[in-house]
Amino acid sequence: MSSEFISAIGEHMVIVLASVAIASALGIGLGILSYWKKSLGTIIITICELIQTIPSLALLAMLMIIFGLGNVTMGSALVLYALLPIVRNTHTALSQLPPALIDAARGMGMSRSQRLVKVEIPLSIPMIFGGIKVALVNSLSIAVMGVLIGAGGLGYIVYRGIQQQNMGRIILGAIPVVIGALLFDWLLGNVEKRLAKHARL
Amino acid sequence: MATIMKHGPELLISLGQHITLTLAAVGMGIIIAVPLAILLTRHKKLAPVVLALASTIQTIPGLVMLGLALVISGVGVKPALFVLTIYSILPVLQNTYTGINEVLPAYKDAAKGLGMTKSQVLMKVELPLALPAMASGVRISAVYIVSWATLAGMVGAGGLGDWIWTGLSTYNTTYILFGAVPSALLAVLLSTGFGALESALTPRGMRRTS
Repeated sequence: MSSEFISAIGEHMVIVLASVAIASALGIGLGILSYWKKSLGTIIITICELIQTIPSLALLAMLMIIFGLGNVTMGSALVLYALLPIVRNTHTALSQLPPALIDAARGMGMSRSQRLVKVEIPLSIPMIFGGIKVALVNSLSIAVMGVLIGAGGLGYIVYRGIQQQNMGRIILGAIPVVIGALLFDWLLGNVEKRLAKHARL
Repeated sequence: MATIMKHGPELLISLGQHITLTLAAVGMGIIIAVPLAILLTRHKKLAPVVLALASTIQTIPGLVMLGLALVISGVGVKPALFVLTIYSILPVLQNTYTGINEVLPAYKDAAKGLGMTKSQVLMKVELPLALPAMASGVRISAVYIVSWATLAGMVGAGGLGDWIWTGLSTYNTTYILFGAVPSALLAVLLSTGFGALESALTPRGMRRTS
């Protein structure tokens, strides 16, 4: 029981962290793209918003038709859901930078990619990080649904509890999710504040 | 196509159940959240506690809440409605609270200066100005609840989730799509609808020129 529980926590965390890592890379890229090309940006963000509104059971079931049962399907759903907060925060952070700074960088002869890497991204990091935090906290809770499409993690404990009408097991499966969400929110929130202090203009 | 024709009436019934369940839960959520939010703006010390509690409840996965409701009160619409109502409270509560709090003191002072009583200030100044924020909260709630309502099939409350459940357990792609596509469309439609309502409720002079 206890080793099953611990391995479920481990698997849950691995699925969530891997998905959010992939979503961060993808989301920051899309955020930069939507900052560089405004018209494309509107389309990207609208699509991300649309994905976000699709009910999780519906998205999971549809992805299962494509990817089959298992952790890959769960991971791809988590990546899709995590995109919106990351893309939106990246886009907003970059768009809100004072034009004077960007002009100064341009005046120093920096190219577009140099400006991005040396000026724009460093100043946007706190807000991008905030987006990743939101994505991570949401993913922890959504990942519980994974059991329905044959993925591992804490959902398995919860679902077994439901089938056995065992309240203790259901709650046992939920506790790490809630504690994890609160803990990540608090920890990453602190890191975010630290980063903001460093990146202050 | 033939399958759609054959299952059409059943699908419509499920869609009806889904919409009814969603609207009932969001409606009850509003009835609970708005007075509570008004109360919190009058008792600011309570606000952080209540809001923190509500957002902690929000982190509990839907599968867990429905599972607990199933174990405690058995199969049916009631446990589903109860759980969905709980989930619909937070967004409305948070947005109503913020919306009322963000009304500029100058407006309230002006209203007071006109001789309005406290309840008049609330009804004629604070609430109307907070309406767009409240509508946005209702929108978030509605999208959430459409999503969680697909899980309600698990506790036998019907709705589009039934099709997805049946499809998942028998590996029937058609059934999955019959449940998934309408519920996704419903969510998008509700979100756009409430989004339009939100901008319609914003007083003309206060619309952002972006």
